[in-house]
Amino acid sequence: MTMPYYASAEQVMRDRSEYARKGISRGRSVAVLTYADGVLFIAENPSSTLHKVGEIYDRIGFAAVGRYSEFESLRVAGVRLADVRGYSYNRRDVTGRVIANAYAQTLGAIFTEQMKPYEVELCVAEVGDRPENDQLYRLTFDGSVVDEPDFVVMGGQADAVTGHLREHFHQGMGLADALQVGVRALSAVSPATAGAGNGGPTRLAAEQLEVAVLDRRRPKRAFRRVGGAALRPLLGDEQAETAGEEEPPTTAHAPSVPEPGTPPGLGDPAHPDTAGGGGEHTGRHSGDGPPAAE
Amino acid sequence: MNERSAGRSGFPPAYLDRVGSSFTDFLGATAPDLLPGRRPIPQLPVGDIAPHGTTIVSVTYDGGVLMGGDRRATMGNLISSRDIEKVYPADSYSVIGIAGAAGIAIEMVRLYQVELEHYEKIEGLTMSLDGKANRLAAMIRGNLGAALQGLAVVPLFAGFDLDAAPGTSPGRIFSYDVTGGNYEERGYAAVGSGSLFAKNSLKKTWRQGLPADTAFRTVVEALYDAADDDSATGGPDPVRRLYPIVYRVDAEGAVRLTDAEVAAVADAIVADRAEADRQNGPREATQLGGQP
Repeated sequence: MTMPYYASAEQVMRDRSEYARKGISRGRSVAVLTYADGVLFIAENPSSTLHKVGEIYDRIGFAAVGRYSEFESLRVAGVRLADVRGYSYNRRDVTGRVIANAYAQTLGAIFTEQMKPYEVELCVAEVGDRPENDQLYRLTFDGSVVDEPDFVVMGGQADAVTGHLREHFHQGMGLADALQVGVRALSAVSPATAGAGNGGPTRLAAEQLEVAVLDRRRPKRAFRRVGGAALRPLLGDEQAETAGEEEPPTTAHAPSVPEPGTPPGLGDPAHPDTAGGGGEHTGRHSGDGPPAAE
Repeated sequence: MNERSAGRSGFPPAYLDRVGSSFTDFLGATAPDLLPGRRPIPQLPVGDIAPHGTTIVSVTYDGGVLMGGDRRATMGNLISSRDIEKVYPADSYSVIGIAGAAGIAIEMVRLYQVELEHYEKIEGLTMSLDGKANRLAAMIRGNLGAALQGLAVVPLFAGFDLDAAPGTSPGRIFSYDVTGGNYEERGYAAVGSGSLFAKNSLKKTWRQGLPADTAFRTVVEALYDAADDDSATGGPDPVRRLYPIVYRVDAEGAVRLTDAEVAAVADAIVADRAEADRQNGPREATQLGGQP
């Protein structure tokens, strides 16, 4: 008589956790920081099309590390949930908590029920009307959800980056300062800067970074990618920007005329793009009607 | 929407497994009752008990496109609204105006706005202008059954084409019929009950490559002319300070022109017409019904 295969639940969970942790720790890190005007996402990501950071809804953003195909399908599910909810109720009824809960439940179910857990770690960030209302939720592969203050770091060298940020982060930094603190923290552990001692680069370059913000000053869709021409001055790469480093972030924003093909919602936050509904809805449908009236 | 999709037990399988970036298709699979085209069609014509929106006008100009709409909705012989808005931004570079059954039309605009935004978020790219025009045609097609019972919705769609070839006009206008037919218009277009008069007006005032301010005036003037002859189209209302809604779409995106800007143009048109009428000489009161 053969003995049936038996493994204790504890052992199974431990194995799965170890498996997921290993997968996640192979990837590069992502940092999500709060700053004076919202939430800043910084990812070390050499690809310009396979994003680790994305928009979920008007005030909600998403960042992830781990296996791309898995977190991409989670991101799409989040966008779907937000859009269905916003369409059937109202845009204001879509909150970061709802999205984070759905992720937590889904990740938890996958972790316990399926052979292979998802090798992902997520952050759902929501920007509020005031800095104290900003929310950062960290979600791990087993479905735990933690509401974190100030910043969230995920990925391979998360502990080292967190340690670095604890030293240098303080609340209410401007965009340029927050970006530089975050990039320095990521650079400290990145393999791309491993040769720093031998004359290699000491900091990640703009091309190796994926940066986005949730800017509370934007009228409707707060999410905005910061790339290329807008990113370099913020990083302090261009010396032409004299004194640019100390300036408030308002002057360092992306141009108000987006490049062709740029998804809307980019550009100067003061620019009343359509997404904001022109900022002047006095008609009868302004409260609950279609024109995205907030 | 049921509780399953509200996050009580995470995402339903369709949220994770389905492929595709269309919000309408996704709703069709997961919550078809939310789609305007999937409801039982009324057995009797109900056109007279549902508010109807009226005239929408759109013109191209040298830097893009303008769209304007009057503020009236009618229900049979009644004016059901004086301040309805019938022109909406569809996304950052396009606008949509609606004529026809207002309730269904506004629902359709909401769905369409989400459709475009949803695609953009999932794909990370904006849909091409022709793609947007096609998606709208599909939505109108789904409403044909209701249209035959008096609940027709006929939109006008206009946008700035970011991929326009050099030398061609970046502002483009698409009109529709109730069956979902989609026609690109040259230069100007109008829909709704007053469209006949608005088009006649534009025929005289609009020319290729007008500057923005002149084109703006042709839009407001066309709406004035439509209101002059069509009882279902509202004219400028200086008493309640209600003026047409006009959107401009150019390389910087779609913006709604302020009420003050529209009011200035509308008042100038009214003043010009009054002046022209005075030059025709004083009118005698017409005697009706025979000799004193």
